[in-house]
Amino acid sequence: MSAPGSAPRSASVRRQRAPRERGILSAFDWKRPRILVGWRTMHLVLFAGLIGFGAVPIVWMVRAAVSRTTDLVQRPLSVIPEPAMWENIPTAWNLLDIGHYLANTLVLVAGSWIVQLVVAATAGFALAVIRPWYGRYVYGAILVTLFVPSTVTLIALYLTVLDLPLLGLNITNTPWAVWLPAGAHAFSILLVKQFFEDIPRDLFEAAQLDGAGWFTIFWRIVLPMSRPILAVVSLLSIMTAWKEFLWPLIVLNDPETQPLAVALPRLAQDTDPAYLIAGLLIATVPPILIFLVFQRSIIRGIGFSGLKG
Amino acid sequence: MTTTRERTGGPAIGRATRAREAPVEKKPRRGGQRRRAALAGLAFLLPALLIFGFFAWWPIAQSLVLAFQKTNLIAPAEWVGLRNFEILFSDPLLPRAALNTLWFTVLSLAIGLPVPLLCAVLMSELRRGGTLARVLAYLPVVVPPVVAVLLWKVFFNPGEGGAINALLGLVGLGPFPWLQSPDLAMPSLVVVATWSGAGTAILIYLAALTGVSTELYEAAELDGASVWQRIRSITLPQMRGVILVLLLLQIIGAIQVFTEPYVMTDGGPANATVTVLLMIYRYAFLFGNYGVATALSVLLAIVLVIVSAVYLRLTRSWSTR
Repeated sequence: MSAPGSAPRSASVRRQRAPRERGILSAFDWKRPRILVGWRTMHLVLFAGLIGFGAVPIVWMVRAAVSRTTDLVQRPLSVIPEPAMWENIPTAWNLLDIGHYLANTLVLVAGSWIVQLVVAATAGFALAVIRPWYGRYVYGAILVTLFVPSTVTLIALYLTVLDLPLLGLNITNTPWAVWLPAGAHAFSILLVKQFFEDIPRDLFEAAQLDGAGWFTIFWRIVLPMSRPILAVVSLLSIMTAWKEFLWPLIVLNDPETQPLAVALPRLAQDTDPAYLIAGLLIATVPPILIFLVFQRSIIRGIGFSGLKG
Repeated sequence: MTTTRERTGGPAIGRATRAREAPVEKKPRRGGQRRRAALAGLAFLLPALLIFGFFAWWPIAQSLVLAFQKTNLIAPAEWVGLRNFEILFSDPLLPRAALNTLWFTVLSLAIGLPVPLLCAVLMSELRRGGTLARVLAYLPVVVPPVVAVLLWKVFFNPGEGGAINALLGLVGLGPFPWLQSPDLAMPSLVVVATWSGAGTAILIYLAALTGVSTELYEAAELDGASVWQRIRSITLPQMRGVILVLLLLQIIGAIQVFTEPYVMTDGGPANATVTVLLMIYRYAFLFGNYGVATALSVLLAIVLVIVSAVYLRLTRSWSTR
């Protein structure tokens, strides 16, 4: 994600990525009628495709959530419900006990986020700033887990939370079973460590001369300077935690403790489609709102992760 | 990378100069400091060591043990040698699941590689509406997979009441049985998986496209290269690193497909959508045979390693050229 543009621009690049002066096509190309018409047409097709791809299914979900089931079957392609059944949403909320499951989801997401943030920030600080002699071995061991897909260790992880080694605790059916494994996320440590490494070390040395301990440096200097990366890690971890399905399905088999994502497929079997879709809509609104509000940071975060590969 | 670095650049430099006003002497690290750093480092690494120890390193090691044990959580675990693998290889469902997973992977890549790439190239040339295009492309990724799967299950309703059949009915096709048909079930799952995943690929390609130096395009244009030639000789070669890595990640992700077959078809109809991960899940949580499930996980891991190694070997000449 190197900022494009020539040297004199670089000052203005700070706040946001500067618009590219040219891409594959130059301003001159855009003046040529054949290219102009051709690319305009392709862009129109692109937008039509993107709307059909990204917006229509979600708009349809909104429409279906406030429709009668019979209306849904008779006019599946319409986006206007006839009649509009706004009461579907409160009915579904009560019928499917969505408030309860949504609260479970929120608790799981919040806990996973905090655990991941604490682990990533402290480990990143230790590895990038304190740099103990054994740091590279620990970092290596952390990076190794990037190459072991979570589904491969799924069963062993399940047996671990069923009977924690040394402690002998069973944490299934408690939020801890989701919170703690969420912290074992090597990629966020990698992101945070690389960011911390770019902070000038003079700062830490000066603070140490002033008598600051490592914790003061961490809390007063490093964390306040690291808001952008902490935001990226937070957003990625929150979005991931919200989407989690297989792991909570396995470790939370008591319906009381399940998040919405696990409860919905179970409830789907004997629920009126319209109510079910109202439930789906409720589960989708929070992540979509978070995305729309923070889309700039989230999209930047994706580019980030992609380049790191 | 640069953007975030520049964001902190401002305050960091400001504070650094202020700090430099105090006399700073760089002393070589002595033994005491080294030991103190080691201790402080340990304190800060403690959360990560505990979490990774319990929930990453221990399960990885444990997998290698469990694969050779018989564990049902009731009787104590016992060593059974290769018995778990024998059970697996005598299961007639395993070749079926492997083929299904392969079919799913091939289909996902057939759409998941070219379409996002094309979209990203088109989107990178947008002069207006770029943000809107990105948001639209990424919106499906934000929808929780379970919601996406249940929603598409409604779209794929067989009969004329299903939205997709109604849509195809407009041009005189169908109705198709989709998820009820052994032939169409897997492609339907691929559609859903692509819907949920393509946005990420588009954004990653888009980020890579902005990294291509504009000077190269400039030079090519001066040499009279057409737009298509520029895409073929500059854009694609410049992006090959990202394309290769992303393709490998997509392959690895597709091999581990679970939510779609589990929620949409539960492996049916007639085992047409049983995937390897679904088999692992069933062995463990339906039959309580954790040893065999882990053995299959280990096999899966070996396959993933082989696939990655072969892939990197095959693409090495191309990626370093």
